[in-house]
Amino acid sequence: MALKGLDIFKLTPKKNCKECGCPTCMAFSMKVASGAMKIEQCPHMSEDAIASLSEATAPPMKTIKVGAGDAEQTLGGETVLYRHEKTYVSKTRYAVSVCSCMEDAKIDEILAAIPAVDYVRIGERMYVEFVSISYGESAGVDKYVEVVKKAAALGRTLILNVKDEAAAKAALDACKDAKPILNGADASNFEAMSKLASEAGVVLGVTGSSIDELYDTVAKIEKLGNKNLVLDVGTSSIKDAFATAVQMRRAALKDQDRTFGYPSLVNVGVLASGDSHLQAALASLFTLKYGSIIVMEGMSYAQALPLYGLRQNVFTDPQKPMKVEPGVYPINGGDENSICLTTVDFALTYFVVSGELERSGVPCNLLISDAGGLSVLTAWAAGKLSSTSIAKFIQEEGIEDKIKNRTLVLPGKVAVLKGDVEAKLPGWDVIVGPTEAVQLVKFLKDMQ
Amino acid sequence: MPFTKKAQKFNAAIQTVEIGTGDNKITLGGENVFPFYTFDAPIENAPKIGIEVSDMGLENEPACMKEFYAGCETVVDIAKKAATVEGADFVCLRLEGGDPNGVNKSTEELVELVKQVADAVDKPLVVEGSKNVEKDAELLAKVAEATQGKNVLLLAAREENYKNVGAAAGLAYDQVVGAESAVDINLAKQLNVLLTQLGVKPERICMNVGAAAAGYGFEYVVSTMDRVKAAALAQGDAMLQMPIVTPVGDEVWNVKEAAASEEDVPEWGPAEDRGIDMEVETAAACLASGSNAVILKHPVSIATISKMIKELI
Ligand code: B12
Ligand code: SF4
Repeated sequence: MALKGLDIFKLTPKKNCKECGCPTCMAFSMKVASGAMKIEQCPHMSEDAIASLSEATAPPMKTIKVGAGDAEQTLGGETVLYRHEKTYVSKTRYAVSVCSCMEDAKIDEILAAIPAVDYVRIGERMYVEFVSISYGESAGVDKYVEVVKKAAALGRTLILNVKDEAAAKAALDACKDAKPILNGADASNFEAMSKLASEAGVVLGVTGSSIDELYDTVAKIEKLGNKNLVLDVGTSSIKDAFATAVQMRRAALKDQDRTFGYPSLVNVGVLASGDSHLQAALASLFTLKYGSIIVMEGMSYAQALPLYGLRQNVFTDPQKPMKVEPGVYPINGGDENSICLTTVDFALTYFVVSGELERSGVPCNLLISDAGGLSVLTAWAAGKLSSTSIAKFIQEEGIEDKIKNRTLVLPGKVAVLKGDVEAKLPGWDVIVGPTEAVQLVKFLKDMQ
Repeated sequence: MPFTKKAQKFNAAIQTVEIGTGDNKITLGGENVFPFYTFDAPIENAPKIGIEVSDMGLENEPACMKEFYAGCETVVDIAKKAATVEGADFVCLRLEGGDPNGVNKSTEELVELVKQVADAVDKPLVVEGSKNVEKDAELLAKVAEATQGKNVLLLAAREENYKNVGAAAGLAYDQVVGAESAVDINLAKQLNVLLTQLGVKPERICMNVGAAAAGYGFEYVVSTMDRVKAAALAQGDAMLQMPIVTPVGDEVWNVKEAAASEEDVPEWGPAEDRGIDMEVETAAACLASGSNAVILKHPVSIATISKMIKELI
């Protein structure tokens, strides 16, 4: 927070009436300064004081909402530059772009491919959340509106990438209720664009030919009273886009420069046009370094699988390990006669392994022992997955009474445990499985 | 109203480490800013890319790599071809066949191979052991001896065997020592302290602070690297200023996203593209977090990451 307790104290009524729950106005002021309380919690504060303070005590980066209904997304609101300091707030979102300058067949092809990537990974739905529609001037306004309507039918939030006022207005008329982003303001047209966005009640995207020009334009738009913004880092070069994305976020969070305290938009589709692998690399780079929305030319499964996995990793709470309950998990109708496999209680491991077991169609029992929520090798290295822990789990949980089958498959990465597990579990046939879960389907089918 | 830039340039810098000799030698590190933050201060030595080959030849490689190296009869042929791949700054030979729990090739056999490869390729060489700490204690020491004068980077000394690997590579034969630790800043620092106490010079150490494929516990990799770079630069911690070298190829090509066959998941599309995107996305994320070099497999991944680095520096 930029404001110190003393600055706030000067504006309080200094009654020490305790109605806010604090012993003194000074104590209250310190709490507000640290972000623990809000200025409005003092009932005696004058309106002028509230107005001058709320600006100064506002979070360094605005939280911006776009999209309507089910498609609503929250962007920004970040408080730290590094995930080990505190959990990130709003995950990066991905967009696919079309242009009204493209041929109809091409547009249809791109739009039709968008819903193809849609899957669940550890409880999270992974899909393309935004569609960006660029205005091709030569194709005209009517064509643009037509493409916008087509894209809107996908039910994703739209980004209207258009600097032409007439086209922007026509497109907004067609889709403003779905709360798209109007990404079209720059130094030359910001007044008109800001007015359009405000009237339609949508977020305005701002860009500039340099970071200075962007800054200047944002400051001017804020003066017009519009603070519902997303900042486009531009497409002049990869180097500039990266420099702008990092410096904006750093200025807002480290230097409390609120003019740059908005979510960002990075168009890697333009920065690496025609090169899907470079777009994948850049999408990953900007997921880590401060892209709120990343626009690509397309989203294939090849690009999506590692990207959404990375995002899921990076935006999780560093303090909270993702665990599943230890126990017996029957899969594909596994019963007392079905083969047993064992693994750890780390949610990611469970998710990956159970997914493969389901895919195999082979009835089996997955035995999950308490490994402190760690992956197979981490748990093994930490001494939480051992021949003793496995044997103890099987004996103490009464598994030998519940299950008659005596075949136990170990994760391939802890093949070294085989001998000791055999010694500790007389009567069991202990088999070393493959090192990666993906090989389980073949492994189980071959065993049968 | 122009933007008031506040550059974040530090008084401390990442240690420079040279690998290889002569015209083809490479220099890692030297920067006094965070990864790719050229707007704060210029970065003299761009991150480097290694190409990975294995003593097992193509046996354990994905189909697309078998195709790429088709016609290569021996590991030496493969290494020679790898060295010509555009964007590859060095060659990394993995001695996975040395693992006693696997094929268990003898130290003599592997050292002989390393010698042949070292003579055949004109790029700097990195040799990665079998990952078995006991075997590597002996194997990497012998490799250090056999390649004396070539200024090779040996991956890796670990807490369990740093005395053998560090003494042979760093002291007796003056090679570069790779220090490998498990995704934890304290462990990374501890190992560097131990190696320097042994007498290895800091400018002869690189670290592998751990890696994972994107989506597989990668958040720990990001945070470890973020914290290592912050300690090295902002706090000037000399025991964390060694450049980071991250093997990516051997992490990514086995995970499901890359390895699942097209018959099993037709909707996912070609396996080769999935492997490449898994490799480039993981590599880009490592570089963004602080790797000074990444080691990759596929020529398209190498070309892509090479382009990304050029564009950013
Ligand atoms: C993230 C991570 C951590 C995180 C833990 C996160 C977690 N919840 O586990 C943190 C930072 C806490 C950590 C700590 C440590 N770690 Co750690 N960590 C990793 C890392 C980078 C990724 C692990 C991961 O998430 N993998 C993804 C999951 C899904 O993999 P998985 O559980 O193995 O499951 C796969 C397979 O095993 C298989 N599978 C799983 N179950 C089953 C079952 C059957 C039947 C079959 C057939 C297959 C199968 O399917 C899955 C997908 O293919 C790895 C390096 C790496 N790249 O693997 C190191 C690694 C596992 N860690 C390691 C170590 C040494 C440690 C520490 C002991 C370090 C220390 N001395 O303090 C500590 C121990 C923790 C403690 N004391 O609390 C080493 C282990 C070395 C070894 N070979 O023994 C590794 C390999 C790093 C390294 N190269 O040195 N670690
Ligand atoms: S309610 Fe307001 S006036 Fe009363 S003690 Fe709290 S800050 Fe002071």
